[in-house]
Amino acid sequence: MTPAEMRAIVLEVLGAIAPEADLASLTPDARLRDQLDLDSMDFLNFVIALHERFAVDIPEADYARLATLAGCVDYLRSHTDGAPSAT
Amino acid sequence: MPILGADMEAGTLVAWRVAPGAHVERGAIIAEVETEKGIIEIEVFTAGTVERLLVEPGRKVPVGTPLATIREDRPSTLVKPAPPPAPLALEPLPSSGPAEPSRARVSPAARRRAHDLGIDAAALAGTGPDGAVTLADVERAAPGPAPASAAAALSPMRRAIAAAMGRSKREIPHFYLEATISMRAALAWLERNNASVPVTERVLPGVLLVKAVALALRQFPELNARWSEQGPVPQPAINVGVAISLRDGGLVAPALQAADTIALPELMRRFRDLVARARSGGLRSSELSESTITVTSLGEQGVERVTGVIFPPQVAIVGFGKIVERPWVEEGAVVSAPVVTVTLAADHRVTDGHRAARFLVALERLLQTPEGL
Repeated sequence: MTPAEMRAIVLEVLGAIAPEADLASLTPDARLRDQLDLDSMDFLNFVIALHERFAVDIPEADYARLATLAGCVDYLRSHTDGAPSAT
Repeated sequence: MPILGADMEAGTLVAWRVAPGAHVERGAIIAEVETEKGIIEIEVFTAGTVERLLVEPGRKVPVGTPLATIREDRPSTLVKPAPPPAPLALEPLPSSGPAEPSRARVSPAARRRAHDLGIDAAALAGTGPDGAVTLADVERAAPGPAPASAAAALSPMRRAIAAAMGRSKREIPHFYLEATISMRAALAWLERNNASVPVTERVLPGVLLVKAVALALRQFPELNARWSEQGPVPQPAINVGVAISLRDGGLVAPALQAADTIALPELMRRFRDLVARARSGGLRSSELSESTITVTSLGEQGVERVTGVIFPPQVAIVGFGKIVERPWVEEGAVVSAPVVTVTLAADHRVTDGHRAARFLVALERLLQTPEGL
């Protein structure tokens, strides 16, 4: 999977959690929680959805690396073999 | 029509989920009702056979109006779905004339337009046949274009919040206590727990706090009560209402029922489910009408303390701020520790500072032994 495809899936997941958000205007290096007004429950649901879509285990200690859109894509690139999981 | 909030006066029946002749078990969802809090699923309070549906979809009726007749399995009586528990029925229903007014006739077009405008069509004087309310009557009653300087119109949910909170501050003599509690043991336990379970079973600190509040309430039943004209009525179950902000504004506080009796992983699962349904619609009537205390947490927004407004007819609300690292004294040394500020707002008609302070002490002790939660 290319980084662009990963990014598209991450945005799709975020769109389900924050349906009112304008995802096109997300700044890649700014905190998602601030930009999308996510609370800890939203963020947990985000992590669960990434776990399901990419078949990656994301320990709590790694949450900080998922803080931004760019960080998410980097993290997923380094933790997947590039193949999306069946959903 | 059950009462689904302290200041709910009427609800619109959106759809029936059962047909006449259907057999229903107690707790089955039989209808959907629209209120200021969105679409709510109505649970039936008795087992029996649906005989007749008395209210057609689209119709807005006052709280207390029979929605259907159900023949109970054993005694054969006519019942009203979900009569409000006595302590809830504090607000007199708005009377629109002499006792038992004849049901207002409203044309379908008028009803739709009135709904769009947020007007109660049944309360209008009709000029149609037999006094029926027509579309023109509704248009006449519509508020004119707002003057440029007018305040923004309140949404139905904001109006409901305004009514409940206004009533709370008019009627309830609040007093406030505050304590700062170390979260070191609780967070360390959570970190260990969450590292050993799949991501779908991780527990958030907020759920630990709710469970601790529920367990502490067992020792202070006077705080788990509803106020009635006869005085406080302690409630047998500890149903913790959790304040959930909605993404498009406003909030609801549905209940985690019997929270003191539920193991943490299951309580977390229910909390996730409740948040999802609060935000997407699909809360159940019992969840909105049976809270016996409220917990609010604004720590997500970075604030360190929140002193809440009691949600009538409850008699207390517990507020948690953000968990922050602060200088803290442990065994004679100043260290950095994660701490949370908890506030209790309580109804002074029901309890006093001394008992309320002991509640906060009990809460602190529970949070120091998280494995027992």
